[in-house]
Amino acid sequence: MNLHTLSVLVENKPGVLARVSGLFSRRGFNINSLAVGETENPDVSRITIVVNAESSPLEQVTKQLNKLVNVLKIVELDPQVSVARELLLVKVRADRAVRGQVLETVALFRARVVDVAPDTLTIEATGTPDKLDALLRDLEPFGIKEMVQSGTVAIGRGSRSITAGPALRAA
Amino acid sequence: MTRPTPETLAHSARRARAGAEPATADQVAPATRAAGPATPGVRQPAPAQTSGAGSLVRSLEALDVDVVFGIPGGAILPAYDPLYDSTVRHILVRHEQGAGHAATGYAQATGKVGVCMATSGPGATNLVTPIADAYMDSVPVVAITGQVARPAIGTDAFQEADIQGITLPITKHNFLVQTPEEIPQVLAEAFHLASTGRPGPVLVDIPKDVLQAQTTFSWPPTLDLPGYRPTLHPHGKQIREAARLMTSARRPVLYVGGGVLKAGATEGLRRLAELTGIPVVTTLMALGAFPDSHPQHLGMPGMHGTVAAVYGLQKSDLIVALGARFDDRVTGKLDSFAPDAAVVHADIDPAEIGKNRHADVPIVGDARHVIDELIAAVTTERAAGHPADLGDWWTQLDDLRERYPLGYEEPADGTLSPQFVIERLGKIVGPDAVYVAGVGQHQMWASQFISYERPATWLNSGGLGTMGYAVPAAMGAKVGRPDTVVWAVDGDGCFQMTNQELATCALEGIPVKIAVINNGNLGMVRQWQTLFYNERYSNTELGTHKHRIPDFVKLAEALGCIGLRCENAADVDKTIEAAMAINDAPVVIDFVVGKDAMVWPMVAAGTSNDEIMFARGVRPTFDEDDV
Repeated sequence: MNLHTLSVLVENKPGVLARVSGLFSRRGFNINSLAVGETENPDVSRITIVVNAESSPLEQVTKQLNKLVNVLKIVELDPQVSVARELLLVKVRADRAVRGQVLETVALFRARVVDVAPDTLTIEATGTPDKLDALLRDLEPFGIKEMVQSGTVAIGRGSRSITAGPALRAA
Repeated sequence: MTRPTPETLAHSARRARAGAEPATADQVAPATRAAGPATPGVRQPAPAQTSGAGSLVRSLEALDVDVVFGIPGGAILPAYDPLYDSTVRHILVRHEQGAGHAATGYAQATGKVGVCMATSGPGATNLVTPIADAYMDSVPVVAITGQVARPAIGTDAFQEADIQGITLPITKHNFLVQTPEEIPQVLAEAFHLASTGRPGPVLVDIPKDVLQAQTTFSWPPTLDLPGYRPTLHPHGKQIREAARLMTSARRPVLYVGGGVLKAGATEGLRRLAELTGIPVVTTLMALGAFPDSHPQHLGMPGMHGTVAAVYGLQKSDLIVALGARFDDRVTGKLDSFAPDAAVVHADIDPAEIGKNRHADVPIVGDARHVIDELIAAVTTERAAGHPADLGDWWTQLDDLRERYPLGYEEPADGTLSPQFVIERLGKIVGPDAVYVAGVGQHQMWASQFISYERPATWLNSGGLGTMGYAVPAAMGAKVGRPDTVVWAVDGDGCFQMTNQELATCALEGIPVKIAVINNGNLGMVRQWQTLFYNERYSNTELGTHKHRIPDFVKLAEALGCIGLRCENAADVDKTIEAAMAINDAPVVIDFVVGKDAMVWPMVAAGTSNDEIMFARGVRPTFDEDDV
């Protein structure tokens, strides 16, 4: 898959997420993952979207996004010079017999146990999608009872930052 | 027949805003389009205590709105109270769809923002079709809807519909107003968004309690649209590259779309065309942007375009697209469209460039600026080098024009020919009138057999293909340009969708003229059944011939109009002349025409432009050595 990560700065207003996600579905663009949250500026939210650019040219996606009035800025993050992370919470079957092995896997992936029950462990892990996939593969034999994953969030490396900036304010 | 008395008509005329009629959209458009954040300051009323509804109406006044098309209802009712005393004329339509299309027709005819108003729920959802229509054709329209009171939102309250959600994909932007204080700002932003950049519809949804609450109205508001910055001025490097291609290409074509009309760039287009000698094609949305009578005009391209225009594009080595979007009706099968052409694509919407066809030279900008800068760059380029000789190209194109002109055959069964009716209408009425078409065969014939010489004389539903557009859009156009003759060319199918607005026209003193091209059928669908479904005419017979239900003459009279009927060629001219002589009431002519006439030429849907049919079973012949 030809995946690209877009950081989309939007006005923090009601309904903006619906505008963005609605645009993707009606234009036939495929979203691989989506995460949204406030930024250092409370008026601005940041949406991280991972898109599959095989189904639709990335240029069309960004141009259509840019037409949304509430979208302030779009930056494509190059995986070479950015950090991308997902959060995973997974509830694994771990009775006395296998608990040691599960904990070993947890340690290996630098994950954490966040809840313990007699027959399960709930594990929190962050990392790249690849790392989390590997963790899940290793946990699978024990029996995954439940799991939840966040969308990818990503940020560029180095001191430069993406902000809506004063220039954008002077429309 | 009961019609409004002269007194009521005179009253309506008095209520209509005085002032000179704008001659063309060309002249009007720039003022609106140049609207920056400062524009709302044209009038500066003093801050005043009022209701949200009062603030809404005063905002409309400050925005120089002269007419609103709408229907009141529960949630919007507070707005109708201050509207009663306002300088803004409200035209009470019979269906909200009529309000929406009327606003569109008004906007297309004048270049100003058209405004429509409806209540919540069904009132708002009835606006969906005209909003989608305006979105597809990039028409500046502001739709104002009432919404249930804020505490009731989300409770499935009476007449509640999430019109903001419903119209997300069919508006340029939309607003749900949260407080009465923000009404002036939201209105100003809505008008700014609708009329600048690539124009489009904007919806403003206002909860009833926001309309009722007390607030302070002050003007002008400050616009806060940090993410909205349309690019008006093209990039110099791209312009120079385009100019270089335009002087060196041997088979170039100017492919002109509706953006040229919206930018008010038609004078510039003519200068550019004459400077370069390049042939011009104008799309369905651009008829009137370049005079049909101009020797460089090849006609309309696309599914029912002229052979010369279709082949001109198809065999070109350079397409210069100005405010056009490579719509499927123009390109035919996309991957075989104009295979040898390099593409210069200029549009104000960057997302159109490269969307359907790769652009070798992308130019983002307003068509007026693009054309002005192209003229300068081409002049420089021509002075510096030797422009390519287009003589051979013109020889080929002239040959095509001569061998395959637009035409039609008289029906063998002796019925009245619809093309003849439309052709005579264009000849008798002339190029100063505004022609408004519905959607279907009559629309295509009106695009083919009437000569459009000036901008804003041809209105139709191009992108969405909305049957029922013509009558209300003609009403809107006539309100915007009361001194211009406005003819709707409608089909019997289309006419039955929205003719109730003729009651509005009769009562409000809006003397539009309607030519119903009545072939008793959903003609275009029938044509496809003839060609592609073995003449199995499933559900296309409307009974307007066979049973004369409805009788359009009686219907016209019932709606307060004058009804005329014409059933043979000998009566066509005098019937049109009789309609032209009536200026104090709407007129409907029922032209009873044959049902078997077809629209030619035709590029069947999904096929290549190379497979254009000149007439049924007749493929144009082309000497392959020609090109």
